[in-house]
Amino acid sequence: MLVADRAPRRVGAWRLRSELFADRHFKHVLLLPALLFLLVLGTLPVVYNLVLSFQDVTMQAENHAFSGLLNYRRLAGDARFWGAWQHTFLITGIALPIQLVLGLALAAFFLGDVPGKRIFIALLVLPTVISPIVAGASWRLMFDNQFGPVNHMIGWFTSSPPLILWTTDPAFVYPAIIILEVWAHTPFVFLLLLAALTQIDRGVLDAAEIDGASAWTKFRRVMLPAIRPVLMTVVLIRFVDLMRLFDFVYALTQGGPGTRSETISLYTYVLGFQQFATSYTGAVAFVSIAFMSVVLLVMLRRAAIGR
Amino acid sequence: MSSVRERRRRKARMDAVRFVAALAITVVFLFPVYWLFMTAFKSPEEIFSNPPTWFPSRIHWVNFRDLAEDGDLRSIWNSVVIASVSTVLAMLLGTMAAYSLARFRTGGEKLAVWAISVRMVPPIVLAFPLFLMFASLGLVDTYEALIAIYVTINLPYVIWMMRGFIEDIPRELEDSALIDGCSRWQALVRVVFPMARTGLVATAVFAFVYAFNEFAFAIVMTRLEVVTFPVQITHHFQPMSTFWGRIGAMSIFGCLPVFFMIIAMNRFLVRGLSGGALKG
Repeated sequence: MLVADRAPRRVGAWRLRSELFADRHFKHVLLLPALLFLLVLGTLPVVYNLVLSFQDVTMQAENHAFSGLLNYRRLAGDARFWGAWQHTFLITGIALPIQLVLGLALAAFFLGDVPGKRIFIALLVLPTVISPIVAGASWRLMFDNQFGPVNHMIGWFTSSPPLILWTTDPAFVYPAIIILEVWAHTPFVFLLLLAALTQIDRGVLDAAEIDGASAWTKFRRVMLPAIRPVLMTVVLIRFVDLMRLFDFVYALTQGGPGTRSETISLYTYVLGFQQFATSYTGAVAFVSIAFMSVVLLVMLRRAAIGR
Repeated sequence: MSSVRERRRRKARMDAVRFVAALAITVVFLFPVYWLFMTAFKSPEEIFSNPPTWFPSRIHWVNFRDLAEDGDLRSIWNSVVIASVSTVLAMLLGTMAAYSLARFRTGGEKLAVWAISVRMVPPIVLAFPLFLMFASLGLVDTYEALIAIYVTINLPYVIWMMRGFIEDIPRELEDSALIDGCSRWQALVRVVFPMARTGLVATAVFAFVYAFNEFAFAIVMTRLEVVTFPVQITHHFQPMSTFWGRIGAMSIFGCLPVFFMIIAMNRFLVRGLSGGALKG
């Protein structure tokens, strides 16, 4: 190839040969380091985790013998495990539609002429890009029952400020987590949908208007179908992210009161790093992996990923 | 004439209404962050006052001075080191791999999908076996462990982002460099990298922000030495915590640089936030 045409340089034979090798196997050499990282620290741990889940390693005993479905059988009777899934689905099921609707409404609003639009949009990015723990800290402070502004602001509309224990009252931990999650990711949905709406051909919208379509019809029949692929991608990104919700709950309620707001990621953390139930954690973790794999497969089937 | 003036006046009125609405929305979304940031400048009495103190009476710097204690400042430094080194490595290895995928279709679409699947695994689920692996090597609570993990998690992201950017570069430029006697590697370094400059910067910013903000791996893999700032913040969450001033001060250091970096990447916001799935 072209390598041969190059003027020979004053280098040792070995060096020349290794250079030739690097050139001939160019595409593989390029890929190799990244591949190694992903294999050793991405895929190998998942396999190791699976192996562990079929053993019986606990805090007391390192029993590495094959122990069949022991840990998986235990899952069936673990109310805390099923509860954690329930909590995760509950938060996802409520927070996701709310942030979608709010994000879409915001996008539709900012599609119009708003003076100072660019500055507003730039500022609205903030909740989405800051560390989730900082976001969680903000709301932990906002929700404080003694000196937090949330209860105080509610007091503006009622006769006196209520004494709501947002992060410890069983009736209010879900609203608290959902408010934090919606606040943090509505801007995310908004930004992505605004970009999609901006790309709609103006001519199509004008034509619809000339044909006498109402604002709602225009939105329902022209804009929504046009941004459908982007909308699907946004839903999937948010769904995957919500199903592994960890940092917000950790920052706000730590799964409490009791295990009332414990998500599956938080339960995995407690099992693995506080109760040291090694093999059982492996089984719980593997269920999450299996679930996410199914989601990924459905996603690919729908070709919602990129191209 | 009058109808033109009338229409113009109505437009001005609509603009004013829209402006006020946009302002109200922005205030609602920024208030919690404002509130946290403000605690950094308040005295303890103001932080814990009821009704809340909306503005500090004067600016108190004591919280920033206290950051030198208990490793608060150190944790921000740890985050900067870990995020920077892991980003440089992920960018280098990821861009090489992305080039291979974009130009030679190495491994086909399957390889790209497998790469992204690594990022799909819930962090805590991956952190558990990784912790056991690193613990057996005695690498828990070291820079190396967290850097290696963040490189791994950012690689799929860098590969997907950079593959898109590289596909946008006309192939003819590389071909002519090759004909002019460049080796494959020289073409990559002298033609492709410079051409993909803006894409590289945008991808690096998002990779850095991810590693800088990350919490799940950090809480598992750090103990005392390499605690990152999100972990340090959670160490201050105690019932009746008196550390809110410091949490506020740390948050300012932890958020503002990230915010301005992202804003500077305005043009690539959609592509960056969606992990290269949407081009914006």
